[in-house]
Amino acid sequence: MTITVSPLIIFLASILTSNMILSNFLGMCSYISISGEYKTASSLGKSVTLVMVFTTIINYWVNKLLIVPLGLEYLQYILFIMIIAASVQIIEMAMDRLLPDLHVKLGIFLPLITVNCAILGTTLFMVIRDYSFIQSVLFGLGSGIGWWLAISALAAIREKMGKAKLPKGLEGPGIAFIITGIMALAFIGFSGIFSIT
Amino acid sequence: MTEKVRDVISRNVWKENQVLRMILGICSSLAVTNLMVNSLVMGLGLTFVTALSSLTISLLRNAIPHRVRMIVQTLIIAAYVILVDIFLKANMTDISKALGPYVGLIITNCIIMGRAEAYAQKNPPLLSMLDGFFAGIGYTIVLLIIALFREFLGFGTIFGFNVNFIGFETWTIMVMPPAAFFLIGILIWITSNMFAKGKASKAK
Repeated sequence: MTITVSPLIIFLASILTSNMILSNFLGMCSYISISGEYKTASSLGKSVTLVMVFTTIINYWVNKLLIVPLGLEYLQYILFIMIIAASVQIIEMAMDRLLPDLHVKLGIFLPLITVNCAILGTTLFMVIRDYSFIQSVLFGLGSGIGWWLAISALAAIREKMGKAKLPKGLEGPGIAFIITGIMALAFIGFSGIFSIT
Repeated sequence: MTEKVRDVISRNVWKENQVLRMILGICSSLAVTNLMVNSLVMGLGLTFVTALSSLTISLLRNAIPHRVRMIVQTLIIAAYVILVDIFLKANMTDISKALGPYVGLIITNCIIMGRAEAYAQKNPPLLSMLDGFFAGIGYTIVLLIIALFREFLGFGTIFGFNVNFIGFETWTIMVMPPAAFFLIGILIWITSNMFAKGKASKAK
């Protein structure tokens, strides 16, 4: 990509217009299965944001200093996924030491995040779009916040819907997808403001 | 507890369809379904990876230490995904571009990990391979169904051929993300209704 997009635009666009869930469909597995309760969903969103920023920073430098100079593009996926797995471990250990309260709250989600497609997706988008360092960090942060926003919104709606009567087959994941569809429709309203593709 | 081959097929393609019944592997199944060609390639790629990684993991199932199995499995899967990626880049450049990061994201597709954990861990290699293969086929079928609606209503084409004979207005919304969510929601609804009916008639 030759045109450089302002990092701030990338940040806002990755929250609103190119939201990881609502327009790129990434991280759906945990998004659907852990959105029953607002509190848990929100803590998962926070940990995803944390891991996303951390891994984009590391993967950016690994890609720049290791993969590109050595011509290892074919090993990209393996290296990225290993770095993600390792950084999740490191974050977990560091958190255990430094912020034990937070670790108790988020602990169970951290291992799950390794296989969250949104994390690997962010890294791959960053590499494909050839972002600079500041762009990448803000892209990671924005994608994380966007993911958090979407899962919290869905969880809040599902909690309110607990009392509503639904057709039997639609309960659970079925209605979650329909709600997400309506949310995605609403987010399309932002699409004129900024765009990154 | 070895299953018959027929049971493996019917379980993976229909009874426990990974997408519609287990709600796994949703990310990629929604992102690539705006065109049927993309969905077919994606589905076959995933089938290939699932079958071979299940086979490999099952062959190595007694050699992998239990505590590091996740990372070993991920590495095996990643190796096969790289094969698919290189193959697509070499032979189908356009489709590879259209799929973009979603080929690499096969690594984190929950279906493969799920099959490895739930099946290949405990079963003999050949059966695991079949299990992975048909899980992939079940996934491909769902992808094609969603893509059929999206491509037909969104572009008026099927597999790139124009079938819009009546000349109806194409629905732009069908190629945008929301329609994918609606369609998969409706498909899940239909299938769970069918299963509920099947159960009720058995109970009688």
